Amino acid sequence: MSGCRVLVAMSGGVDSSVAAALLRDAGHDVTGATLRLWGGTTDSGCCSVSDVEDARRVAAQLDVPHYVFNLSDEFERVVVGPYATAHAEGRTPNPCVECNRSIKFGALLERAEALGFDAVATGHHARVEQGADGRWRLERGVDRAKDQSYVLYMLGQRELARTLLPIGALTKAQVRAEASRLGLRTAEKPESMDVCFVRREDRLRFVRDRIGARPGPVIDLQGDVVARHDGIERFTIGQRRGLGVAAGAPRYVVAVDAGRATVTIGSAADLLCNRVEVRDPRWVVSAPPPGSRVQVQTRAHGVPSDAVHRDGMVELAAPIRRVAPGQVVALYDGDVLLGGGIAA
Amino acid sequence: MSQGWQTGPDGAYLDHAASTPMRPEAIEAMTPFLAGCFANPSGGHAAARAAKSALEDARETVATLLGADAGEVVVTAGGTEADNLALLGAARAARARGAGNSVVTCAFEHKAVLAAAEHLEREGFSVRRIPATRGGLVDLDALAEAVDASTVAVSVMLVNNEVGTIQPLDDVAGIVRERAPAAVLHTDAVQAVPWIDVAAAAAPADLVSISAHKFGGPKGTGALVVRGGLPVEPLLEGGGQERGRRAGTVNVAGAVAMAAALRATADARDADVTRVGCLRDRLLVGLGDLVDGLVVNGDPRHKVAGSCHVGIPGVDAELLLVALDRLGVYAAAGSSCSSGAAEPSHVLLAMGVPVELARCSIRLSLGYASKEVDVDRALAAIPEAVGMLRRAA
Repeated sequence: MSGCRVLVAMSGGVDSSVAAALLRDAGHDVTGATLRLWGGTTDSGCCSVSDVEDARRVAAQLDVPHYVFNLSDEFERVVVGPYATAHAEGRTPNPCVECNRSIKFGALLERAEALGFDAVATGHHARVEQGADGRWRLERGVDRAKDQSYVLYMLGQRELARTLLPIGALTKAQVRAEASRLGLRTAEKPESMDVCFVRREDRLRFVRDRIGARPGPVIDLQGDVVARHDGIERFTIGQRRGLGVAAGAPRYVVAVDAGRATVTIGSAADLLCNRVEVRDPRWVVSAPPPGSRVQVQTRAHGVPSDAVHRDGMVELAAPIRRVAPGQVVALYDGDVLLGGGIAA
Repeated sequence: MSQGWQTGPDGAYLDHAASTPMRPEAIEAMTPFLAGCFANPSGGHAAARAAKSALEDARETVATLLGADAGEVVVTAGGTEADNLALLGAARAARARGAGNSVVTCAFEHKAVLAAAEHLEREGFSVRRIPATRGGLVDLDALAEAVDASTVAVSVMLVNNEVGTIQPLDDVAGIVRERAPAAVLHTDAVQAVPWIDVAAAAAPADLVSISAHKFGGPKGTGALVVRGGLPVEPLLEGGGQERGRRAGTVNVAGAVAMAAALRATADARDADVTRVGCLRDRLLVGLGDLVDGLVVNGDPRHKVAGSCHVGIPGVDAELLLVALDRLGVYAAAGSSCSSGAAEPSHVLLAMGVPVELARCSIRLSLGYASKEVDVDRALAAIPEAVGMLRRAA
């Protein structure tokens, strides 16, 4: 595509800055948009004045128009609220996935279409390709360590046809080099690692402020109570710390039962599973036929595991650690994302 | 790099309530004080005397045109500072002499007043915020209920910055004088200057704020009229400038330009009101014909000539402004937060406008620089943008 009217979601980071620059240089009619999702009046954290200002200044430097869209109500409704609720229900949500689904490729894409833009672009490390059959594919980013196709598993044909991910063809080092070459002020900006609306160390307090604490027993696989915990929202599958048990061998959370506020612990072996139930599947093209060989990825930068796809289920070739309910299970065929769903 | 800032983009500028281009008289008046006559007006030598003389001439002009004495005009760094100095300064001074503890303002004031009132609340003052009527006027019954012997300061704006309604300041003053004779009455007249004779309209107020860039002067310059030696605690402490009410070297060039802009505005006011009022009416009537369901915000009988504030049901204002910008029409909605993101207007909400309509309302503000072609362009672009967004919905 060339000469498209593209709305580039500019976070104020280096990836989306370079995305805008590359699209402009490729001859597209580029407009920048920064989403105000959270906070906004302070000078730190997500959607801070300085991030918006960085995006605005980069857009000015590239001589492209720039707008700020206030999507904070939607963000609260579809990302932050459900994030807290999920913890209360013993699930481990991925808010970045919900933001991509409902905000960047939801509300923003809708706004872009309403305004007459042909496409939305972001700074995600993944590649959108069109096959000979005209179908759109999503492939892993060239920089495997930065690949973000996992958090874009929900994009279907409709979204991909209107999505440009120019950064996916570059390594992170190339992105930074391009930003330096263009003299962009974001060239050396550090990456954000946390969930944008809550720092890792504040997560528990944040969740408890919204949903309260759900204390209950810690039990072993025989059902014997071995300790008490101060709230299920503290725990996720595979967690080893903070269990309050002084057993000899390492103990891990193997299940969280929100209904009874019970946390079940077990050994490393108990943590393994051979199959993962996948709910609410989304497919880039269509569901792979039952029995297809696929690779399964269960965390953002995790190592893919060989598996066989069954209806609503993946069977692993070798056991993997249990997947916390609420996490994304993405299915790949090599570099090509097939789709995925949410672990039950 | 873009050099667009040298001439500005050539769209239809319909955001005069946000800022106005400087009047040539103001630019001409201030230029000598940027380089030639640059000295600090507080000094004792000939160069300082020249600057001081120009500053005091400017102060006299401003005073005359605002119906005040020269000694009553405090030059500030804009309307926000003037509002803050008025509210914080007067309330603190009143409390210092044991006069009382309550402040009354209207929920649809400018953020400079509302935020200052919140600050006073944190200092222990009791703040009463009265609502506005659906037509955009201060609710006088609510005002009468809110003002009592404990009231030390009342702040009601002269013209609302979003919907452009002229407030009944005489009636406000009548209520305040009757129910709280010792209270100070402040009016934010920032949006009034281009359209009405502030000397007459703000005469009942003890404190009057103006901002130069709303009437063809430079940004970062404003004034607060403080009548009759009324005590106001300064916000800035320092060298005792402005009779101890506002420390810091006075912005001579800004004050001179403000005076020239105010003079030019006053001289042209009758003609501007007539001409711009006709443009505004043509815009409003045209929009009414071309846009289904158009709602006018603010009682038209009480609006200043440049104000056109409309709700377009089903069309999100944030999107509409982007669409209009792309079509070369520059307008605004509500007040912008520091990041530039749109918020539903607190003014419309204070008037009881439903939040859905508030989210679909935009301000098209005309000014002395508005031309027929701006209205032509708006009447072409707005229906086009509305049609596009409604088809997408």
